[in-house]
Formats: sequence, C-alpha cells, structure tokens
Amino acid sequence: MNLKLLMFGAMLSTGLAISSCKGGAKDSDIQTSFNEKVQADARLSGISASVNEGVVTLNGQCPDESCRSYAEQSAKEVKGVKSVVNNITVMPAAGVEISPDATLETGLRDATKDYPGVTATVVNGEVTLTGTIERDKLANLMQAVNSLNPKKVNNNLTIK
Amino acid sequence: MAVQEKYAELINAAKSSGVNNLQVREQNNVLYIDGEAPTGQVKDNLWNIYNKLDPDFRSGDVVLDVKVSGMAAGSKAKVVTEKSNLNVRRGPGTDQPIVGKAAHHEIVTVVSQANDQWTLIRTDAGEEGYVYNQYLEKV
Repeated sequence: MNLKLLMFGAMLSTGLAISSCKGGAKDSDIQTSFNEKVQADARLSGISASVNEGVVTLNGQCPDESCRSYAEQSAKEVKGVKSVVNNITVMPAAGVEISPDATLETGLRDATKDYPGVTATVVNGEVTLTGTIERDKLANLMQAVNSLNPKKVNNNLTIK
Repeated sequence: MAVQEKYAELINAAKSSGVNNLQVREQNNVLYIDGEAPTGQVKDNLWNIYNKLDPDFRSGDVVLDVKVSGMAAGSKAKVVTEKSNLNVRRGPGTDQPIVGKAAHHEIVTVVSQANDQWTLIRTDAGEEGYVYNQYLEKV
C-alpha cells in the first residue's frame, strides 16, 4: 500500500514537472526571478508570489492602488509568465487620530490661557471658539488649537 | 475631494516646502494636514496660505498641524513672548505651579520635548521647568 502511494506520488510529481516545463520557463525560475525583483525594489516589499504553470498569484498588502498595479506589472514582466492573478489588497488609509475630549480640554485650557476674551468648548472632538480676539493674535491661537488633534475647529470668534 | 480642491494651493505648498512626514487626509469633509516643517518660516507661510484661502479660518474644514521640527536636547531656544516674561512651570500644564520666569527674548537651553505643547528648558540662572512651545523659537 505504502509503495503504491509512493509510486503514485512519484508519477504525479514527474507529471507536474513535465507540464510546467512545457510553457518555457520553469515555475521555479519565475519564482526566483520575481523574488529577486521584490528584494531589489522597496515598492514591492510585503508582496509575495506563488507560481503554478506560469500563472503567478500575488498576495500581500499595498499602501495604495498604484503599488498594487505596479506589482502586477512587475510580475508580468518576468520571463515565462503567462498571466497574473492579483490578490494584493490595498491597506485602508490610517484614520486621523483625534484626541479624547478630556485631553482636548486640558490642552485648550493651556492654549487659551493668554487670550482672556476667548472661550473654548469641546463636544466629541469638535472645538468651538467663542468670544473676542484681536486679528493679529488669531493665527497664533489657531495654531495652538490645531496642534491638539481636534476633529475640527469652529471659529465663532468676534474679531476686533 | 472638494476640500482638497479648495486647499490645493496649501497642499502643494506643504509638498514643495520640505515638510517631513507629510500626511494629507480627508475625513468627513475635513482636511487634515500633518507634518514637520523644517523652519518656523515654512510653518508661517502655510498658515498665511490657509488664511488667504479661508479668511479668518471660518470654515472649520481644515486641521493644519504642521509642527516645526523638534528642538534637540541641548539646543538653544529664544523666548518669543509678545513682551512679557514666560512662565516656567513644574510640570507640562498651566495648572502646574510656576517655578520661575524666562525673560522676553532670553536664550534658554532645551532639555527635552515633553509633548507637542510643552518643552522642558533650563535658564541661564539654572532654573528648570516647562514652558509652552509656542513661545519658543529655534535659534
């Protein structure tokens, strides 16, 4: 039984080896060439490939669509590749980091300290500025408030 | 996308003026621009463009957080208050007790950057404490 299985396995692998030779370049050669490309090109980092009868299947993650199509093009350029299955996923862009309201409140207390006419309130990351300010001080205040990672800043200040 | 079109000049200026780790993102119709400007001048220029495109920053559709690249420990900084002395505090926050003052236009030594708002400094008189970043300028 074991011997039969072994023989069957040997036949199968020989068959596979023959079929992969038919199309020209061997799958293993394609694999090696593509791996070399990946190593030489930082844009392809994170991409892996498997090859079966000249068909390259790409896996991994890309930061954007252009990286994804670039990887596909790079694989197509490898000698002996018949087609490319592109299973690379595009990573969702990292969301914007918004400070919690308590952090914003502490930061706003510091940021508005030197502007006695200004009141800042926070609701769900949204900062609203009310009161009065001189125009030449507005940019400084806005810079301080923007550096706190708010969701948005509503400037309802009366400008003197 | 509309917000990015409105602020195209601002985005392009940030891209072309050597802002490090520049990130331009849009979320719920708010444009977030983050990065590190090589100089205070670059940062001021971006704010001038922002003010031009959205006079007095009224629209609430941008969060512009471009910091001036961190001041290295041991470097010197100038106190740029309007005219008064700068409070030096025990900890990073205006709720912290005042432990000293740095004079207007005094040159102080940066000990470390506590966070985006506060820097630990040492005055020539040997006083050490935290000051608000906005009143320090790289020299």
